[in-house]
Amino acid sequence: MKTAVVTFPGSNCDRDMWVALRDVSGKEPVKVWHGDADLPDGLDFIALPGGFSYGDYLRSGAMAANSPIMRSVVAAAERGVPVLGVCNGFQVLTEARLLPGALMRNAAQTFICRTVPLVVENATSLFTSAYTKGDTIHIPVAHHDGNYFADDDTLDRLEIEGRVAFRYAENCNGSRRDIAGVLNESGNVLGMMPHPERAIEADHGGSDGRRLFESVIGSLVGA
Amino acid sequence: MKVRIHVSLKPGVLDPQGRAVHHALEGLGYKGVEDVRIGRLVEMDVADDTTDAALDEMCQKLLANMVIENYRIEKVA
Repeated sequence: MKTAVVTFPGSNCDRDMWVALRDVSGKEPVKVWHGDADLPDGLDFIALPGGFSYGDYLRSGAMAANSPIMRSVVAAAERGVPVLGVCNGFQVLTEARLLPGALMRNAAQTFICRTVPLVVENATSLFTSAYTKGDTIHIPVAHHDGNYFADDDTLDRLEIEGRVAFRYAENCNGSRRDIAGVLNESGNVLGMMPHPERAIEADHGGSDGRRLFESVIGSLVGA
Repeated sequence: MKVRIHVSLKPGVLDPQGRAVHHALEGLGYKGVEDVRIGRLVEMDVADDTTDAALDEMCQKLLANMVIENYRIEKVA
């Protein structure tokens, strides 16, 4: 099994993501730099971490979505390789059009940094199979632009297709329909604003995020 | 050729920044401000033979996010 964490200039959760993946998978993930043209061969999982890539210039995630490595990430996602984008990584995935919608400035205009309750809406996906539908889990958020927007038709389609992975139990940022995380059509790309990689050890603010990594790593065992 | 790209939020997309600025204007005592929407202005200097199609493509690929924004191209000179 081979996993990778992509670092953009301004990423700041790449190490936490790396540690989470290492702890759960037992293998050290490959570190990939945004300027690399190609991903290492044979990757089974790619994570785009949180942070402030390119200083959030233009729009959060817009510049990173157009960086050299993203062409390879898009191609890998289209081949079915699982891709997880957390926080800024979610913003990058929407800007790269791997996921529908956009992340706008929080409704209250403020940066939010606290642990929030989430409801697991889909417990059959690659990323969420270790949870139970309806579970309430506690995961930290830390963002300024987490206000999920998509038009009504897109939202309806996401709901019908079971592509809302997580919802905020209490809407903290104005996201439409309380959406905290969404899946792509094939179910191999997940974007979410909350940080599961910050919740993998009971001694460090809880371990509710660990099952997300166990789900996806579990699906790769043998790979 | 100088080109100005005006990027604005689509109608119906809530604009928390605009709302906050609207509130601040009212706080300063300005009456009759009905609505405030915040956009972005991108000024570019491009080769004279740059086509409209190329400008559209720049807007749609990078300068605007078509999920939430519209853009208008203004050729200045």
